[in-house]
Amino acid sequence: MNYHWNWHVFFQSAAKNQTYLDWLISGALTTLALGLLAWAIALVLGAILGVMRTVPNRGLRAIGATYVELFRNIPLLVQLFIWYFVLPELLPFGDAIKQMNPFAQQFLAAVLCLGTFTAARVCEQVRSGIISLPRGQKNAGLALGLTLRQTYGHVLLPMAFRIIVPPLTSEFLNVFKNSAVASTIGLLELAAQGRQLVDYTAQPYESFIAVTLLYVVINLAVMAVMRWIEQRTRVPGYIGSK
Amino acid sequence: MGYSFDFSSINPANLKVLGDGMLLSLEITATAVVVGIIWGTLLAMMRLSSIKPLQWFAAGYVNVFRSIPLVMVLLWFFLIVPQFLQKIFNLSPADDLRVASALVAFSLFEAAYYSEIIRAGIQSVPKGQIAAAQALGMSYGQSMRLVILPQAFRNMVPLLLTQGIVLFQDTSLVYVSALAEFFGEAYGIGERDGRIVEMMLFAGAVYFVICFGASLLVRYYQKKVVL
Repeated sequence: MNYHWNWHVFFQSAAKNQTYLDWLISGALTTLALGLLAWAIALVLGAILGVMRTVPNRGLRAIGATYVELFRNIPLLVQLFIWYFVLPELLPFGDAIKQMNPFAQQFLAAVLCLGTFTAARVCEQVRSGIISLPRGQKNAGLALGLTLRQTYGHVLLPMAFRIIVPPLTSEFLNVFKNSAVASTIGLLELAAQGRQLVDYTAQPYESFIAVTLLYVVINLAVMAVMRWIEQRTRVPGYIGSK
Repeated sequence: MGYSFDFSSINPANLKVLGDGMLLSLEITATAVVVGIIWGTLLAMMRLSSIKPLQWFAAGYVNVFRSIPLVMVLLWFFLIVPQFLQKIFNLSPADDLRVASALVAFSLFEAAYYSEIIRAGIQSVPKGQIAAAQALGMSYGQSMRLVILPQAFRNMVPLLLTQGIVLFQDTSLVYVSALAEFFGEAYGIGERDGRIVEMMLFAGAVYFVICFGASLLVRYYQKKVVL
């Protein structure tokens, strides 16, 4: 193939005072911000839903189960388009959303979409973590006079979260990978910057290689952080703990 | 407030278009499931073999594909595959190779995920089974084909099918190449008629019915068949 490699392309001027490298960096930062915010939503919402799926209350369990089925059986892309195109039309304060600047609209839709989508998956992990605890833990908590709420807060959830760190790691990685879907609504995150670079520089291979490497770097960073957390929070006496 | 719904875009003519799109989605899904499972099985066997270079290759392959977003994988393949095919088959650059690119991309991408499921499945077969097969005088190929893989697959079927449902949802992402599968058609119709709201809700409902129905079937199968 007669492809003309040109790695200097990243240092060429893209716009006033900006090189293409600056575009890539801003894309990576957007991806990071998007992923971290969505992950925060997913952890909180997922924990609440996971608890709801295990409490002795039929109604709450049904709500949790419905949420999971709904968010797991509709493609992420469709959910994103519903957040971005459909909800502003239907919500009473939709007009206010439509007046925000385009980047804020895209970012808000992407964060909420990724957060609620991932929450369904976190919920299932939290639920399986709680279920995997010996029944004696809950009974012991209640026998000590803790209320159900206290038992969850002080006994069940702290244990469950320590057990499910490994599967949460892969969900955390998924958040960043899934964030690339936000490029479809025009949010200039990493993948979108990569496509823009292809259009502007006509150097597709350099652009895609750079973007791919940046995703790999984000992946490795997340894995390193999670491995550190995993080592710190291992439950003594469980398989995998030293 | 006060959005007035108008579902007139969902008429027979458009449903025909949407149906064709759905056929393409299903074609991509079916191809990727079949090729992905075959190639994934080979990768899993390489990963578990005693030959180091094969292990490294399989591990590298799986880790690379699993650390890159599917959107990026698709963009890569829409860039590379047409050039390769044009070189090999002497096609003109005008030929539309996006379907071929999508098929290759999903097959190779899903193989990485399938291989991890299959590897876990093979490892879940008790060691004694291999020893017993070898004691009966079976070769490596025979013991894999006749003893290990049948048992592994029987346990893995629900996971493989669930991965197929995920894959079906992921086919919507070929939208990045403007290829007209179900989602692309639905969005296109919505944009043309100014009815994106209705078409997106409709697309979501269709995906939900298909995927939820399929996952109920998987659960039923899991209860009946798995050892």
